[in-house]
Amino acid sequence: MITVTNVKKNFGKLAALDNVSIQCNRRECIALIGPNGSGKTTLIKSMLGMVVPDSGTILFNQKNIAHDWKYRKHIGYMPQIGRYPENMTIGQVFDMMKSIRKDESIQLDEELYVEFGLDKLSDKRMQTLSGGTRQKVSACLAFLFNPDVLILDEPTAGLDPVASEILKEKINREKEKGKLILITSHILSELDDLVTHIIFMQDGKLKFHKPIDALRSETGEIKLSKAIASIMLKTTP
Amino acid sequence: MNLLLRYILFFTFFPAIAGTYHVGKKFGTQTIQQTINQASDGDTILVEPGIYHEKNLLVNKSIVLKGIDFPVLDGESKYEIISIKASYVTIDGFKVIHSGSGTLEDPAGIKIYDSHNVTIINNKLHDTFFGIYTQYGKNCIIKNNTLQSYAVAEQQIGNGIHCWKCDSMQIIGNTISGHRDGIYFEFVTNSVIWRNISTKNIRYGLHFMFSNDDAYITNVFKNNGAGVAVMFTHGVKMFNNLFEENWGDAAYGLLLKEISDSYIEGNRFIRNTSGIFMEGVNRVQMQNNLFKNNGWAMKVQASCMDITVIGNNFISNTFDVGTNGSLVLNTFNSNYWDKYEGYDLNKDKIGDIPFRPVSLFSMILEKMPPAMMLFRSFMVTILDKTEKIIPSITPENLKDDSPLMKALPL
Amino acid sequence: MKKIIKFVIIDILRNKIVLVYTLFLLITSLSVFNLEDNSAKGLLSLLNLILFIVPLVSIIFSTIYIYNSSEFIELLVSQPLQRKNIWLSLFFGLSGSMVMAFFIGAGIPILIYEPSPTGLMMLAIGCIITVIFVAIAFLTTVNTRDKAKGIGTAILLWLYFALLFDGLVLFILFQFSDYPLEKVVVIISALNPIDLGRILILLRLDVSALMGYTGAVFKDFFGTNMGLIVAFTTLLLWCVIPLGLSVIKFKKKDL
Repeated sequence: MITVTNVKKNFGKLAALDNVSIQCNRRECIALIGPNGSGKTTLIKSMLGMVVPDSGTILFNQKNIAHDWKYRKHIGYMPQIGRYPENMTIGQVFDMMKSIRKDESIQLDEELYVEFGLDKLSDKRMQTLSGGTRQKVSACLAFLFNPDVLILDEPTAGLDPVASEILKEKINREKEKGKLILITSHILSELDDLVTHIIFMQDGKLKFHKPIDALRSETGEIKLSKAIASIMLKTTP
Repeated sequence: MNLLLRYILFFTFFPAIAGTYHVGKKFGTQTIQQTINQASDGDTILVEPGIYHEKNLLVNKSIVLKGIDFPVLDGESKYEIISIKASYVTIDGFKVIHSGSGTLEDPAGIKIYDSHNVTIINNKLHDTFFGIYTQYGKNCIIKNNTLQSYAVAEQQIGNGIHCWKCDSMQIIGNTISGHRDGIYFEFVTNSVIWRNISTKNIRYGLHFMFSNDDAYITNVFKNNGAGVAVMFTHGVKMFNNLFEENWGDAAYGLLLKEISDSYIEGNRFIRNTSGIFMEGVNRVQMQNNLFKNNGWAMKVQASCMDITVIGNNFISNTFDVGTNGSLVLNTFNSNYWDKYEGYDLNKDKIGDIPFRPVSLFSMILEKMPPAMMLFRSFMVTILDKTEKIIPSITPENLKDDSPLMKALPL
Repeated sequence: MKKIIKFVIIDILRNKIVLVYTLFLLITSLSVFNLEDNSAKGLLSLLNLILFIVPLVSIIFSTIYIYNSSEFIELLVSQPLQRKNIWLSLFFGLSGSMVMAFFIGAGIPILIYEPSPTGLMMLAIGCIITVIFVAIAFLTTVNTRDKAKGIGTAILLWLYFALLFDGLVLFILFQFSDYPLEKVVVIISALNPIDLGRILILLRLDVSALMGYTGAVFKDFFGTNMGLIVAFTTLLLWCVIPLGLSVIKFKKKDL
């Protein structure tokens, strides 16, 4: 579904993405992990067209995304920190996004909106919201248009455990529907029961990209965090 | 007996004085010219209302030519209408219209040739090339006439009241507009210009050259192409005149060039591009004048010396004084400047620190006119303020040491 | 695109700074017209205010606003929207609301007290200057990632147009004072929209006669319909060029 081929991106001297190639398919739930500054967010942003790679190509459904923007209607994106026009209410933000992505064929998915209880807060101004509530807004917006691909940047950071659980269940349901889900996170244990694949990045390089079953059998560890830790120990000299 | 003798004597020796002629439809077909030819010195000719096509009316006898209810003398745009070639002539109460035009003969509505004691009074001149023209006149009175013409370009029109090589003239209470120069004086001495109104002339309201020892008093010069020019003269007295709305690229309220030993007092200069522009002016006393809403109140070129500016009001002018030199030999004292920002601690109504009427920007402009591009810019405002505090370019001694705190009642 | 413009305008109109700016303009222009004995003079005083405050507020407010909405811009970019449209919508929204603020604050008093062609000219120039400085703010922000640096640049640019440029002109005039520069200054004036705006208005006021030969050259040029068209085209270029450059840059920008 998303094919990344030899993508390079430098920010000044820093190589944020160094010759990365990835193939992501439907029904996969991929955890994109790695230390801070490893290039996770840059990779995501490249897929979203927010960062323009220096070289390499990114295909979405076999079509190059460079100079294209329509493909993004198949993507729901939840940013790390969601900030919105401060003077707008939650209801207005949703109305705005709905009107921007207006498409008759799309069945709106307002499950999360209700589950998070945002419908009761719809008159609140964005500037009065806590970080967690903003995250909820971001999450709802990502799922709202029932996209084929979900890209979630640190989705559970800042969410309380209840909300976090609701979100995880939602992700699981969407996975079942056969969507591609890309999650970056550094809290590994949270992802244990969700992910099907792991992409591990370090210093802008792709370290590995494996199904989780393969990973477990290779390392003999059941717990995801331990499995990765043992791989890291192996790779670092 | 005595009375009878007197009557006999009177009719014997002054028969002409009593002679009165009438011209008009009810008095037959005789023209004014024919009547003048019949008349003798001292006669009076009364002209009835009507339109008279006399071509060029020649007055060569000392007569009184008087119109009743403004009979019209029409020059048909071909002729000089009245030519006076005798002294002791009075022309009174005519409407003189459509004189010929042309720059070679300078045709006028009324022209006085080499005569003295001529009086031109209460006439209305309309659409004449020159209005009232005097050459080599003496002791003539031009009074209460109205001159209206319709000038388009300078070379296509003459002056309103034009005096050349005259002496002891009195120009009083005339209203002149639409000519080249409203009043023109060249080589005219010991004369007075009093209570005239000169407006909307395309060049100068008053044009004044080589005319020494004259005075012009209580005149109004308004809205003329280039204001008033007084040049190459000494001993001029300019009192209580109003110079107003002479506004344009090269307009002045009063242009003074090569003037010496003169007095400018009690005049009002309002809304002129330059209130007074002075070049080569010496020993001139300026007192009790009002300068209001002018671009420059005074422009004093470096060629001026010994000008004394005392007790004048400078109000709402864009620039108060402009000069192009650094050496200043003129005196400014006890004037009121509305731009003065000083204080008066001892309450003697005189500011305690001197006022410098020349702004830095006006100095820059004198050197570099294109800097006008920056007129009213923020930059210029800052420069001017700085210069006020620490003078560097503006002339050190061009200052009013005793500026008044309150305007004089002018 | 219309939707985003609408949302930006609604967002800005709720902003207190814009409200304060509008009130400030309103109070000062009303008091200027009431204090001066004739409204033409009021217009002259207002001219300085407009050419000083309007560019300052336009450029600084826009810069800060764009930096503050960087996450919002990110959000929009991740949506199926063309980048060009996002940027232009933001521009039209911002410049639209700033023009509206100017129109309410200064335009209404002008229309009440001085509804002459000169007043209308002033209104038009105030609006164009607003748009120009919003456009310059867009160019500044798209080139500088760092907010503090960006705002600093914006202030410097304002200082340059409001003050330093004129100082530079004065310096150049002094250096080349032996040459006839009357026609050159016409071209120089086109290099600064504030100067150009000021000259266009001054030429319509009586004070133009003070400008002497230079003024006559200006008048010959800008006084004609053709010159007026050229002047306004120049001002329009001052909007379009910075905006165009910023769009090109924004299309390739990493967020």
